[in-house]
Amino acid sequence: MALELRNQAVNVNEIVSNHGTERHHLMNIVRDAQDAFGCVSGDTAKAIADAMGIHMVEVEGVVSYYHFLTRKPSGKVTIYLSKGAAPSINGVRELTSVLEEVTGSKFRKSGADDAVGLEWTSCIGMSDQEPAALVDGVVITNIDADKAGSLVAHLVNGGDPKEFSTETGDGKNSSDRIHAMVNNNIRKKGEIIFGDRIVGDAIRKLVAMEPSAVLDEVKNSNLRGRGGAGFPCGLKWDFCLKNEAANRYIVCNADEGEPGTFKDRVLLTEQPELVFEGMAVAGYVLNAEEGIMYLRAEYEYLYEYLLNVLNKMREANLLGCNIAGMDGFNFDIKIQLGAGAYVCGEETALLESTEGKRGEPRDRPPFPVSNGYMGEPTAINNVETLSAAARIIEKGADWFKSFGTEKSAGTKVLSVSGDVERPGVYEVPFGITLAELLREAGGENAKAMTVGGPSGKIVSSADFGRRIAFEDMATGGSMVVFGPDSDILQIANDYMEFFIEESCGRCTPCRVGTTLLTRHLEKIRAGRGTKSDINYMINLGKVITGMSRCGLGLTASNPVLSTIENFSELYDGLLTGEEFVPIHDMDLAVRIGREIANFN
Amino acid sequence: MTEKPKVATASLAGCFGCHMTLLDIDDRILSLIDLIDFDKSPIDDIKELGDCTVGLIEGGVSNSENLETLREFRRKCTILVSMGDCATSGGIPAMRNTVPLKECLEEAYLNGPSVVDGVIPNDPDLPSILDRVYPCHEVVKIDYHLPGCPPSADSIWAVLNFLLSGEENLELPYELIKYD
Repeated sequence: MALELRNQAVNVNEIVSNHGTERHHLMNIVRDAQDAFGCVSGDTAKAIADAMGIHMVEVEGVVSYYHFLTRKPSGKVTIYLSKGAAPSINGVRELTSVLEEVTGSKFRKSGADDAVGLEWTSCIGMSDQEPAALVDGVVITNIDADKAGSLVAHLVNGGDPKEFSTETGDGKNSSDRIHAMVNNNIRKKGEIIFGDRIVGDAIRKLVAMEPSAVLDEVKNSNLRGRGGAGFPCGLKWDFCLKNEAANRYIVCNADEGEPGTFKDRVLLTEQPELVFEGMAVAGYVLNAEEGIMYLRAEYEYLYEYLLNVLNKMREANLLGCNIAGMDGFNFDIKIQLGAGAYVCGEETALLESTEGKRGEPRDRPPFPVSNGYMGEPTAINNVETLSAAARIIEKGADWFKSFGTEKSAGTKVLSVSGDVERPGVYEVPFGITLAELLREAGGENAKAMTVGGPSGKIVSSADFGRRIAFEDMATGGSMVVFGPDSDILQIANDYMEFFIEESCGRCTPCRVGTTLLTRHLEKIRAGRGTKSDINYMINLGKVITGMSRCGLGLTASNPVLSTIENFSELYDGLLTGEEFVPIHDMDLAVRIGREIANFN
Repeated sequence: MTEKPKVATASLAGCFGCHMTLLDIDDRILSLIDLIDFDKSPIDDIKELGDCTVGLIEGGVSNSENLETLREFRRKCTILVSMGDCATSGGIPAMRNTVPLKECLEEAYLNGPSVVDGVIPNDPDLPSILDRVYPCHEVVKIDYHLPGCPPSADSIWAVLNFLLSGEENLELPYELIKYD
């Protein structure tokens, strides 16, 4: 034991010295420790803290926060199975029992003794090829009972997850540095994001322009944020520019965590240069020299590949010093991997995480444009927004505005999954109706769909005439389609469980409110609900929306509120006529107490 | 003389602090008894609950007696008010909810350092303890919640006056719902 500890201390010191002792390296250090030891135990946390000169609590705080960092091992190797709406539609429930049978382990109850541990994880960005799982960062898609059996057999025999399958997906997924069984499933290419282009065009065009002219072009294009909120990109950069500072940072938000969205996965696979060029455009406008891409842990399988793309771009003088031959245009990009936390897609939580801390959202204001990464002005944009910005520089604002609607210029890349014949990525001009999209994807008989994932809205077929545009239904692009047999309230229930799981717990309305809403929804689904429960849920939903600290809480009530609005008949059909029914079984509450105290 | 409206009060799993604060309305209690008659209440020691206009409940629901009392109040009171934080949220007694009941009882009656020949109480005359402490509104329909630990005498006074006035919308002034 003592020897083991000593060895561990040596290893930990190595890990720490590989990265450095500054606080912001902590995320990378604990990630490496997790990889090396299969968990970050109290001893490891202590050793890391000692080596970094910080308190152990800071290390444990980070470890306990993220899903893929654990304090105890969960099996010698762990299968993280994705759960959510798309996995459910594709049969993850049946797969659960198959996996438990072949591994002999139990979900959430796996320990060091299990050869193969089983854990749940929220959407891993593979909704178009579910059921899917992560094993040591390797993505396994389209898992059926046979594949589950052979995967487990491979892992039990000590096989490397990377070598489980020689099957590779389409496009660059088959390239050496990705070599994943993931499929792109690009069903529809638009002109802007997936249009043909030559790498470097945006940067070559860029250096011929004044930074102010570049900013004007982006402003003129009316480009709005593609993450869902739709903040005007040019305005954000302008705010950032107006904050005097020695350093500014460009951050690309590649923490695509909204269940049902996977378009950034495809963009990063097929058009990574475009994304990085977009970051360089922002860097040029804002006179920033450093860009950071925050890549969600689930996409770690793209990490080596993206690093290689960056290297090639450096070699081609598209990144680094004096880019494209322009004196003084220095800009480079590093990639920060996450460790599994939905809320890190929120920009201030993402910054905290990038600084090596728990990914808890900050209070806003101040906004990142004035106090961002390391307190410096920072522009944070979505992968797709930056890609569009690069294309705007290449082809001009007028060209960009020729797509979409007046208020929503350009195209939107949508992730379509669920009950459709052709799940995958669709780049469509803004203004397309939901019905048109369903026709293209082969989901005409849908009875409902999610526009914008759990944090968006669940709409019924009555709304299929509505348009995807900022002036009608704004969305980050997660479109999950539900066929005629779907249980809509079950879906809302699953979405609420997701928010309970992903709430960071810091503010009460979100932490407690999501659970209360869910319990009441369950009560109604069990046929014990009353009209007063509906009123309670509406009021509670308003409190959660209005009182939470960040965007997660702001939208966490949507699965309930939007189904009450759009599927009121489902709720009404389940209500009892009684005025009040307690949420708990009080007879059971009495019985439990009597049994423990041995009453006769 | 027409009959005055009746008010009943009960303290379930609470500390009687809310009832003590009710007495803090001082000489206004003289005006109050002009307005109402007290029915069952710890203040007057009436044992049987009659039909009442208003019931004030202090404390959460921790045992089977609390449960019965609360249900009886619901049956017999037109308006039922959760008074104070224990009634509205479980309060201090609900701290035991974080520990399984079995462990709580074993620590208190079997394993505690000062326990000699301990036994978990199971006399049939004792109310049996519930698995958890529940706020009142999770057990019966509650019409109004009056938060505070305790709510101030002024806010209890204001709420009683409002409820007896038969008006529609209660809006307590900010001073009465400010707790820091």
